[in-house]
Amino acid sequence: MNSSLFQIVSNDAIAKNTYRLEILGDAKALKGPGQFINIRIDGMFLRRPISVCTSDRKERITVIYKTVGKGTEALSRMKPGDKLDVLTGLGNSYDLSSSGDKPLLIGGGAGVPPLFWLAEELVKDGKTVRAVLGFNTKEEVFLADDFERLGCEVTVVTVDGSLGRKGFVTDYILRPYTYFYCCGPEPMLKAVYRTVSGSGEFSFEERMGCGFGACMGCSCRTVTGYKRICREGPVLKKEEILWKE
Amino acid sequence: MERMKVSLCGIEIDNPVIPASGTFGFGYEFAELYDIDILGTFSFKGTTKDERFGNPTPRIAECTAGMINSVGLQNPGVERVISEELPKLKKVFGKPVMANISGFSVEDYVYTAERLDSEDQIGWFEVNISCPNVHGGGMSFGTDPKSASQVIGAVKKKVSKPVIAKLSPNVTDITTIASACEDAGADGISLINTLLGMRIDLKTKKPVIANIMGGFSGPAVFPVALRMVWQVAHRVKVPVIGLGGISTAEDVIEMMLAGATAVEVGTANLIDPYACFKIINELPSVMDRYGIGSLSKLKEINA
Repeated sequence: MNSSLFQIVSNDAIAKNTYRLEILGDAKALKGPGQFINIRIDGMFLRRPISVCTSDRKERITVIYKTVGKGTEALSRMKPGDKLDVLTGLGNSYDLSSSGDKPLLIGGGAGVPPLFWLAEELVKDGKTVRAVLGFNTKEEVFLADDFERLGCEVTVVTVDGSLGRKGFVTDYILRPYTYFYCCGPEPMLKAVYRTVSGSGEFSFEERMGCGFGACMGCSCRTVTGYKRICREGPVLKKEEILWKE
Repeated sequence: MERMKVSLCGIEIDNPVIPASGTFGFGYEFAELYDIDILGTFSFKGTTKDERFGNPTPRIAECTAGMINSVGLQNPGVERVISEELPKLKKVFGKPVMANISGFSVEDYVYTAERLDSEDQIGWFEVNISCPNVHGGGMSFGTDPKSASQVIGAVKKKVSKPVIAKLSPNVTDITTIASACEDAGADGISLINTLLGMRIDLKTKKPVIANIMGGFSGPAVFPVALRMVWQVAHRVKVPVIGLGGISTAEDVIEMMLAGATAVEVGTANLIDPYACFKIINELPSVMDRYGIGSLSKLKEINA
């Protein structure tokens, strides 16, 4: 973990209620895809945890966030040059060593961004990456072209069929893969959990107090004991997940 | 630095700044960032007889100048605190630590306290009496002078280290509870624990916290805490630890002017993990600015 000031390079709308924020500062505490940062926003008491979309792990961090409340709305109004107080290097990361040759990435909405950094790393390692990216509707689709430019085979799925395939990500994950990585809203994670075969991992969200393991606000039960989503998570292996009833 | 030192129940501490229980874990997360030996001491994560998962999530809600938590005393249980947490803590913290303990019956408290009493690292007990008493209809020990006195008296009888009673502010008259604890043998009083609060999400129309209500803390509660510390410090003779919304060196001094011998910093640690580090480093210059020679003298000013 590191705590430092970052400068905003850009903060632009890229889809409906969706912004890409690029910041410059000390990014050396970041270890790998799956990790998140925790941003202090003027007027808000708690920081806002947001997963990292990509980083050079030196000075540059990109996140993509949705405006879901006052905090993220305030963040969306910030301008290039503005300063942000950010905790970096939080949480664990995806296990790249388990991916096999043909990993499958399954993302939904605000859960898509961390899979992009993962895709970059997997492609760099010479893997054949397939990404199934789900959104509600055409206006909310983002990053699909970026995955394609990386060389991934991309299937875009929208609930209303306004772009790509119609339906849910679970309708398009049946082809063989060596391992899967999944990030998205909890109902999607559960549906994927019931559909997938083989091994893989899921990235979780929870309301957090501190984001670095001190407050025990985001704990969950797992097969291997209690875990903090912010510290031993947000990435959990499929085999260790115990769903909340 | 001599002018920062205070004496807490017979143990001298380098400065009066103590991270509050539940906001500092067992110290390691913060030891990654700074040398936590600069702290006066810290109050470790509330420990119970058995392991507890705590309450369902969401456990956290945002508020104006504060937050609500409903963690529900998640902790590994006293045996693992002794076998796992304390040995790890020893590597990053060389001073006596404050053992915060909780229970759901008098026997629970006594068991946990006795198990910890023989551990050299422990300097004080801080007994959290805000927990529900399962044998008393679920009412919190800390809302009734008689049950508060029972718990403190029973723990005090069984341990050799100073016992500090941590009071709940969710009472009609906190001085009555403070007096009951003092009469039962408490060596000190710490206050305030969190204020019971809640939030409702306008989108879902439902409470944000899974358990509906939780403890409100943060800078918003500081004036309430200050008032209660003032009242209790004027009522009891034992040392008082003031806490509730402290986030700056100025807050520390204000709290000590209300009669506190030392202070605890809680929620501020969660927002800025360097909060205590900064407060301790800023204290000397803030003392200079207000012409304060020694912190230990502050509590006498309004006595």
